[in-house]
Amino acid sequence: MRPDPPVLDLSNVTKVYGEGETAVRALRGVSLRVERGDYVAIMGASGSGKSTLMNIVGCLDVPTGGTYHLDGTDVGGLDERRLAIVRNRKIGFVFQSFNLIPRMSALANVELPLAYGGVRAAERRRRALAALDRVGLAERVHHQPNELSGGQQQRVAVARALVTAPTLLLADEPTGALDSKSSEDVMNIFDRLSASGRTLVVITHEEEVAAHAKRIVRLVDGRIVEDVRVAPAGGPPPRLAEVAS
Amino acid sequence: MNGVEVLRFALRGLAANKMRSALTMLGILIGVAAVILLVAIGEGSSQQIQQNIQRLGANSLTITPSTSGGGGGPGGFARAAGGGGGRDGGQAGRQNTGPRVQARDLTVDDARALADPANAPSVKSVSPVVTAQAQSAAYEGASHSISQLVGTYPSYFEASNKPVAKGSYFYNDDVLAARKVVVIGQTVAENLFGAVDPLGKQITVSGVPFTVVGVLKETGSSGFQDADDVAIAPLPAVQQSLTGFGPLGQILVQAKSAEAVDAAQAEVTEVLDQRHGITGSASADYRILNQATLQETVSAATGTFTVLLGAVAAISLLVGGIGITNIMLVTVTERTREIGIRKAIGAPKGAILGQFLAEATMLSLVGGLLGVLIAVAGAQFTIAGVRPVIVPTSIALALGVSVVIGLFFGSYPANRAAGLRPIEALRFE
Repeated sequence: MRPDPPVLDLSNVTKVYGEGETAVRALRGVSLRVERGDYVAIMGASGSGKSTLMNIVGCLDVPTGGTYHLDGTDVGGLDERRLAIVRNRKIGFVFQSFNLIPRMSALANVELPLAYGGVRAAERRRRALAALDRVGLAERVHHQPNELSGGQQQRVAVARALVTAPTLLLADEPTGALDSKSSEDVMNIFDRLSASGRTLVVITHEEEVAAHAKRIVRLVDGRIVEDVRVAPAGGPPPRLAEVAS
Repeated sequence: MNGVEVLRFALRGLAANKMRSALTMLGILIGVAAVILLVAIGEGSSQQIQQNIQRLGANSLTITPSTSGGGGGPGGFARAAGGGGGRDGGQAGRQNTGPRVQARDLTVDDARALADPANAPSVKSVSPVVTAQAQSAAYEGASHSISQLVGTYPSYFEASNKPVAKGSYFYNDDVLAARKVVVIGQTVAENLFGAVDPLGKQITVSGVPFTVVGVLKETGSSGFQDADDVAIAPLPAVQQSLTGFGPLGQILVQAKSAEAVDAAQAEVTEVLDQRHGITGSASADYRILNQATLQETVSAATGTFTVLLGAVAAISLLVGGIGITNIMLVTVTERTREIGIRKAIGAPKGAILGQFLAEATMLSLVGGLLGVLIAVAGAQFTIAGVRPVIVPTSIALALGVSVVIGLFFGSYPANRAAGLRPIEALRFE
């Protein structure tokens, strides 16, 4: 694993919205390296710049200053077309509000990133079914989002994020809209994904969620103020380790 | 991401809002159907007019007296006043062009001169015609007003394209002997005889008995006039009993072939000019109606008419296209969030563009196809007395234009969708 480039490598990233006197400096120089297999929770109160960081990490937005390498690629120099490819291949998104496409079955939603990635129909279906099976929704593949509970919708969203086997799974407040039982389900899935070697970055303000991560980064006013490692990047996530011991 | 995929997404997008999609299609449907149907009506009426002209007779020239340059009008008065028919000084003041001669009527002698192959080699037959309007005919208590009683020669039947369905024509003998025989049209036969066989029966026309020898084939009504409400009798018989031996109403000349029509016209002009003493710049006292020329003029006129109809319909197609832009803009705004999600999971710009373009084009194409169906169905009915004739190119054109409209009017909303920044689109509520 060592010779591989880090999954995330942000160095002195800044982001300024607006200009002149009304300019808002959302990020004031963030440097962050995330190795393969790590499970990082980025914490911060609202207004701390964590959503901005999430947008930049997810290649939805470009930084004002500093450099950002994703899996060895300098994302700052990419045009819109290449960014779309990076988002499709390297990043899996899980949003707070699920963001499934309405009136499309769970299966079709999960197949969508593969469709944009140019995967053939048969292969796409096989992989989508496998991903839905991993999140425990094999029985509900033909249901539409409005026929699923919040927890189930979020699990579909996780399946959609996983199906392309991305380098990085990026979750923005994944449990923000869920009850505690559903939250637990989703976080358990994350734990298992981490145990199987996936790289996860979860943005949250809940301590309960952050407790699942191997590493906790705290953001205040656009700067990293604390970076604590709870468990080694290569090992199992702390909650699973507890269960095991 | 292949074409089938893009189409599937587009279909799903349209199915999501069926009512709206249907109403938008309706705009294009009406436009396309209107274009095809109105052009078909234009074409139908054009063909109908052409047929009516053809009914006048194939390769025929109709010579009528021209009253425009004449003295006190046609007929007896001019003769009485003009006497010998020399120059009439009194007319000069009323005419604005050149010297004039006294207008002469068409006579049987004129017709004979035209029938002379030495003078007019391109002429096949000449039929002098007198017409008596609205003659009341009666048969055993049934009576009917024949709108046109024609007195002429047997060659008239061929020249004016009036075949006999039952019985026979009358012959030259009948003409020479001035026999009172008549060939009647279908309408006359029905009104006077009903189910009875009219052949050999005697009818009275304005009190004069005529024997029916034949019934004309039905030609159908031509516009306002019933072409079957006629009776045809030998010229001298009609002159003797009904019209008197006045001037001819017209002379019908049949040319030997379609190619000879123009030559025949020139020959007829020469003979008549000579006989009527028309020289140099003097305007003729007769008019020649050339069926072919008439046909050309009329087709030019109906062509303009068809283009006009098509243009009006094209405007409705354009309005339908604007409807597509409108609905697609609403759709893009409404689905901004969905576009954001698609972009976040890696949809390239082209895929989004393609999806919305495909939606717009599908709206217009399906609308267009339905429009064609409705137009074809509508063309089976007679509309305003015209039987529409569908022009295949108008279908291809209307369909093609509807697709182009979808692409053109869909491109603005589709571009707007494709150009959305994912981060803003995702934040959109």
